[in-house]
Amino acid sequence: MSFASAEHVVEHLFRHEAGRLHALLLRWLGVAHFAVAEDLVQDTLVEALTAWRLHGVPDNPAGWLYRVAQRKTLDWLRREQRRGRIGQELRAAEQRVAEAAPHYLPEELTDSELRTLFVCCHPALSPAAQVALCLKTLGGLSVAEIAAAFLTSPDTITKRLFRSKETLRTAGVSLEVPTGAELTRRLAAVLHALYLLFSEGYDSEQPAAPIRQELCAEALRLALLLTRQPRTDCPDTHALLALFCLQAARLPARTDAQGQLVLLEQQDRRRWSQPLIARGVRHLARAADAPAASAYHLQAGIALEHCRAPTYAATDWLAIRRLYDHLLALHPSSVVALHRAVAVARADGPARGLQAMAQAQALTGSYLYHAVLGDLHQLNGDPAAARHHLTEALQRTTGAARQQLLRRKLEGVGFPG
Amino acid sequence: MDKFMLLYHNAAVTEEAYWDLSPEAMQAELAKWNTWIGGLAAQGRLVSAEALQPRGKVLRRRGELGTDGPFTEGKEVVGGFLLLQAADLDEAIRLAQGCPAFDNNGAVEVRPLVKFD
Repeated sequence: MSFASAEHVVEHLFRHEAGRLHALLLRWLGVAHFAVAEDLVQDTLVEALTAWRLHGVPDNPAGWLYRVAQRKTLDWLRREQRRGRIGQELRAAEQRVAEAAPHYLPEELTDSELRTLFVCCHPALSPAAQVALCLKTLGGLSVAEIAAAFLTSPDTITKRLFRSKETLRTAGVSLEVPTGAELTRRLAAVLHALYLLFSEGYDSEQPAAPIRQELCAEALRLALLLTRQPRTDCPDTHALLALFCLQAARLPARTDAQGQLVLLEQQDRRRWSQPLIARGVRHLARAADAPAASAYHLQAGIALEHCRAPTYAATDWLAIRRLYDHLLALHPSSVVALHRAVAVARADGPARGLQAMAQAQALTGSYLYHAVLGDLHQLNGDPAAARHHLTEALQRTTGAARQQLLRRKLEGVGFPG
Repeated sequence: MDKFMLLYHNAAVTEEAYWDLSPEAMQAELAKWNTWIGGLAAQGRLVSAEALQPRGKVLRRRGELGTDGPFTEGKEVVGGFLLLQAADLDEAIRLAQGCPAFDNNGAVEVRPLVKFD
């Protein structure tokens, strides 16, 4: 033990250990005791804090926490037993905990986290609740941090989490990773939740905010976890990972020194992470076994085209437009149609892009719809229409970074911003 | 150099406040304490520091059990102690003033040790 080692405590140690411990405790106690597991984890972390602040950090902090959590779980089980409150399902738990290895077993940990991931993404929960629960349980994020990430109030998140735990408890959710056709369905839900989690961090008003980047990192970590178990190590998982890597590779160039958003067109491509791009390409290769391309395959393909282009002008827009054609056929949605329209404008000319916007009309209330229309009209040589839509867009967003961007564009079309 | 003992009195509310901290905030709190004590060690002032568990028994007359533990005695518990060496009480107090316990409304008692030589 030493105080010097305090500075060497792994970054986010408490946060990461909270997630691992919760997963292990769920394994010991079952999903019905989700909230008890949460309290025991918190209790363990408080004990660590009170001991370590005076005594220094032990050489193996993770092992220390594991042992304390094990002891606290046993204490709780025995207390419940004495009070005669122990249910049938907990009778075996005491033995299970008492006989558990005295330290982390890597395979057991991976397995527990994986099972917990499937619990958190259970179809009985709404997608928003799934994402929040993943962050709280596996990511070790606080209610306040999750609220900040979702740009909502802590109260909303508290309620969402509480309802989720109630649902898990009453629905009799199992900790088993499903098999067969059920696995396909449940894995799709897990992948979708991770996709939302990543997008929440990526498509952000404040991309430089550390908490937002944590969301991307957590989505990436959990997706990697899926590749460690043969049943979930499948082409769609790798396609999603490829998408995460290829998108994350461009994060360093998305903000300038002042924290302002930088659009793809103006990004300094030398700042893109080549190792992440290479990794994305490897995952995409492993995703190729799929019977059919999923939306993740197509989006990763689009991201790859951007990463491959030496400049914005030299981008293979035709390839991107074709990928968007497939994506729109697979998932007809206004959001996809909107992004496709940009690719159409670049590949086939702005007039065709403006026509393609007809398929995105459901989004007329959104700032993005008008921002894209503004750009397309500008490309089409119609500054008056461009001004009109950029002004509309400006009125529809409250984000400072986006407003700044729109004002710069308005100045570009000769509007006294 | 004389020796001094610093006794931390945690208000019960501090323990409760810890309960509400997020994992990240806990780590930040830990870093504050370790930085302070690490600083004392670097100046050659630290002799030892120990944390006390929030349980145990209080014995009264003839060793009979008085109470169930420190919590029932009052609002404050001794959460730990630290032994340091300083030139005099003034310096010991100065060193104690950097203690992060004050951020959570905790109290620190500074007591000179009796010298026998």
